[in-house]
Amino acid sequence: MTPSSEYWRGNRDGLPLLLVIAPFGAVFGVVATEAGLDIAQVMGFSVLVIAGAAQFVALQMMVEHAPALIVLAASLAVNLRMAMYSASLAPHLGRLPFWKRALASYVMVDQTYAAAILRYENQPQLSPQARLAYFLGVATPIVPIWYLSTWVGAALGSAVPAGLPIDFAVPITFIALIVPMLRTLPHVVAALVSILGALLFAGLPFNLGLMVAALLAMMAGAETERRMTKGRGA
Amino acid sequence: MIYSEWQIWAIILSLGLGTYLLRLSFLGLIGSRPMPEWVLRHLRYTAVAVMPGLITPLILFPQATDGQLEPVRLSAALATIAISLWTRNATLTILGGATVLFGLHFALG
Repeated sequence: MTPSSEYWRGNRDGLPLLLVIAPFGAVFGVVATEAGLDIAQVMGFSVLVIAGAAQFVALQMMVEHAPALIVLAASLAVNLRMAMYSASLAPHLGRLPFWKRALASYVMVDQTYAAAILRYENQPQLSPQARLAYFLGVATPIVPIWYLSTWVGAALGSAVPAGLPIDFAVPITFIALIVPMLRTLPHVVAALVSILGALLFAGLPFNLGLMVAALLAMMAGAETERRMTKGRGA
Repeated sequence: MIYSEWQIWAIILSLGLGTYLLRLSFLGLIGSRPMPEWVLRHLRYTAVAVMPGLITPLILFPQATDGQLEPVRLSAALATIAISLWTRNATLTILGGATVLFGLHFALG
């Protein structure tokens, strides 16, 4: 299991993920163009942010004319999970030189993280070099196709007829990402508190209701987990 | 868009930088040192705490219909949840949800 064989293995594991990445990128390109962004701005999002969910959040809030700082706060809140991925990868990649960790950070997305952490847990004897090679191997097909599919969507965007319910691509894509995450009781509790909170605090200005709902939901999830762990005597 | 050109670029650049710093945070600064358990416990629920609250109003009060509950979008959302629970596959869920959405749109519209 040399770094080079791990790179190719990562490549093979990354290829099927294109089935999710390519439509997601294309839909972002279409929706962002329909919302009024020019192609440079659309590509700016996909190249500089490379986080589909947060890009959609930013776009949605821009369409709702939220103040720029609130747009930022809400979309960064969605990306807080990246800090969790970062923390979870630190024990596996933490001994590499800083510039290699900085490079891995740029291509840290849901799909590269999920594939890599599974590989690291199944192959604990991998060297840090081999782990990085696997990570970059998964990212190699994903990241360029993310750019390319965004560009194709943006180029087609103006050709999509008006009146189609294309706005609803966002909730559909998010449902597809959220439902598989609801695998434990604390996750379900957090999601329910998030929904109730969003409805209850919908009247707050500047979309602050979502922030309040999200904080309460995180606390509810963490507290449920703490009680369950205590209940098992662990 | 009500934002000026420079405001849009300011949003893109700040979001890009902020997201990168979140990705680099622990990997870049902490390296292989351990983190407090209570922090990890809260971070674990970030995604499920933000995303459901974000899409709930989009499903119940879509802007495209001036905030009125609308059968095509509501049915598509419920169908998408059902397909996701059934297939546990993001690609099939997105394709299935889109099929129901556009199918109902053309059948009822």
